[in-house]
Amino acid sequence: MRWLLLKDLQILRRSPLLVALLVIYPVAIALLIGFALSRSPERPRVAFVNLVPPSENVITLGNQRIDASKYSSQLFQSIQPVRVSTRAQAIQKVRSGDVLAALIIPADVTQRLTSGLSPAQVEVIYNGDALKQSFVQSTISSKLAEANAALAGTLKTVAAQDVDLLLRGGTFSLLGRQVNILGLRATQAIVTASRGQLPRHSPARAALGRVSQFANLAVANLDLSKQVLSTLSQPLQVKSTLLHGRRTPLDSFAVAVAVAVSLMFVCVLLAAGMLALEREENAFGRLVRGLVRRESLLAEKMILAGGCSFLVTLLMLMGIGLFVGLDWSRFALWLAALLVGALAFAGLGVAIGSLAREVRAASLLALLLSLPLAFLALVPSGAVAVGLYDVVRVVSAAFPFKPALDAINTALNGSEPGLVGSLLHLLGLAAAFGVIARLALRRFA
Amino acid sequence: MSSATSAASAPAIAARGLTKRYGEREALRDVTFEARPGERMGIIGPNGAGKTTLLSILAGIQSPSAGDVTRPSGRVGWVPQQPAVYSKLSVVENLRLFARLERLADPEAAVERMLEQTGLRDRADEELGRLSGGNRQRVNVAVGLLAAPAVLLLDEPSSALDPRQRERLWQFIGGLASEGTSVIFSTHNVGEAEHYAERVLVLADGELLFEGTPARLAEAVGGEGADFEAAFVAFLHAEGH
Repeated sequence: MRWLLLKDLQILRRSPLLVALLVIYPVAIALLIGFALSRSPERPRVAFVNLVPPSENVITLGNQRIDASKYSSQLFQSIQPVRVSTRAQAIQKVRSGDVLAALIIPADVTQRLTSGLSPAQVEVIYNGDALKQSFVQSTISSKLAEANAALAGTLKTVAAQDVDLLLRGGTFSLLGRQVNILGLRATQAIVTASRGQLPRHSPARAALGRVSQFANLAVANLDLSKQVLSTLSQPLQVKSTLLHGRRTPLDSFAVAVAVAVSLMFVCVLLAAGMLALEREENAFGRLVRGLVRRESLLAEKMILAGGCSFLVTLLMLMGIGLFVGLDWSRFALWLAALLVGALAFAGLGVAIGSLAREVRAASLLALLLSLPLAFLALVPSGAVAVGLYDVVRVVSAAFPFKPALDAINTALNGSEPGLVGSLLHLLGLAAAFGVIARLALRRFA
Repeated sequence: MSSATSAASAPAIAARGLTKRYGEREALRDVTFEARPGERMGIIGPNGAGKTTLLSILAGIQSPSAGDVTRPSGRVGWVPQQPAVYSKLSVVENLRLFARLERLADPEAAVERMLEQTGLRDRADEELGRLSGGNRQRVNVAVGLLAAPAVLLLDEPSSALDPRQRERLWQFIGGLASEGTSVIFSTHNVGEAEHYAERVLVLADGELLFEGTPARLAEAVGGEGADFEAAFVAFLHAEGH
């Protein structure tokens, strides 16, 4: 096998254009995909639970009445809402992949907004996929920012009215009663006048009593105003919940995608091309006529393609690591993910190569198969119909890209699912495609 | 019978009842023959007669559906119709690679011997892709001879060669046979079979129609002294092909 390996390396060394293409093409594709990932989709499907009683949908802040449904209508322009009744149903929708996320409006949100004493909180539940999180997070964040800005404006108006009331006096409604407030300016005038005119133990006690009442109320209202003002910047807050594993920043996820794409292209193209080359050069029949066992030939191509793609992507990853904050303490996991991923892609490559008689046909077949597989694996749940998504999941699981992406993402970012499961999945695929390649080679002499 | 006589008369390679089926189609049907050491045997027949299939089975590339092949100890040399060598490697690199894959005791000595025999020493370091078709075919033949096989099988070895290259190739092959190597080749050129084969096998539709010398084939259709190609065509007509 080593002589065949040396021979193939010699051939590669004498094919600089091929090698350059093998490196440049996947890197270019990876960069394009990384760029594309930075853009969010239009209206993601989001489960929506509104636990606020219908009677409390209108919020009263001072003299202002705000219809909360106005904000949900605005949000629904940016998402495709799937209305459910309970938090449990929403979680189930996220788990099943029917929706990208769930947005839960708790029952006390209007009370909190009305009181102004503490920020109201809405809950967003994501699936553990970085891409999905990013899609929904950016959409919901932008809409909540709009709602926050609108509420903050209203709260500012209320606060300004309160302050004005304290300064100038007037009436306001308290527990259904109209209360008359003197105002600080009038108080100051009364107190000043009273102090100058009244002797000690004067009968003008009632006036001073009013002053005292106002002073107490003013202190209380000023305290309240401080709390109200503290919530002005963000009256609505988001509580995020992740169903599976930890959250992966999109930048790190894009790195994982770029590396997985490069690994796939270099490995699949090389394995398929070098195996097909044996037949294009008519050497296959000569080799398997007792010189080399077919299994050894396949193993040699897998080692060649896997080894080369492993080195290329490892160098690429290390290069990226100089500019993007990667966790270098996980380097051993990077190696494991890249190595086993390369093995699985090499299996797919030799399976493709075993079907073609020419390098060009093998390369074309490899491209035609690899590109859709990569894009399928990046389709987020909720972006397509449930049945179709199930098909996408099955197809993605039958080929190495999705588990390789999971393995690399886990190795780089510690994301779920765990590394061991992905590696075992990849090893299984490597063996399965190796068997397919071996069976396909029986057709050729 | 003495052991020497016995050894001399023992076939270098023998096929018995070879049949090859591809689904419903029979590419070969009950073919039996043998070749003696140092004998030059030509396999002729129309397109689709089963010539390449027969050689592939003799070479061990394909398995027969029925029948068996008795091969000599050691490897049977195989020269496919298209050069089965690597165009990105040089002549010497190709020879060295296959010598190593053949697990020869002294690969470098075998490479030197082949460079000498094929007259390619001055082109040894050139990439095969830059060589002429004739020289590539010489390397192809040389690879088949690296293990010094007792039997050499060639599938239409001269089809891509010009007349001068063809002449050199047959001289080379004749030299091998004179040294005791059995040479079995297929060809479309019945003239080549007449000139370079001591015996011919005529195949048509997978069936062995004739085994004997070219002269006997001409006699079989009553055409002694006539053109061998005309005799061959007449024979096929007479046999219903």
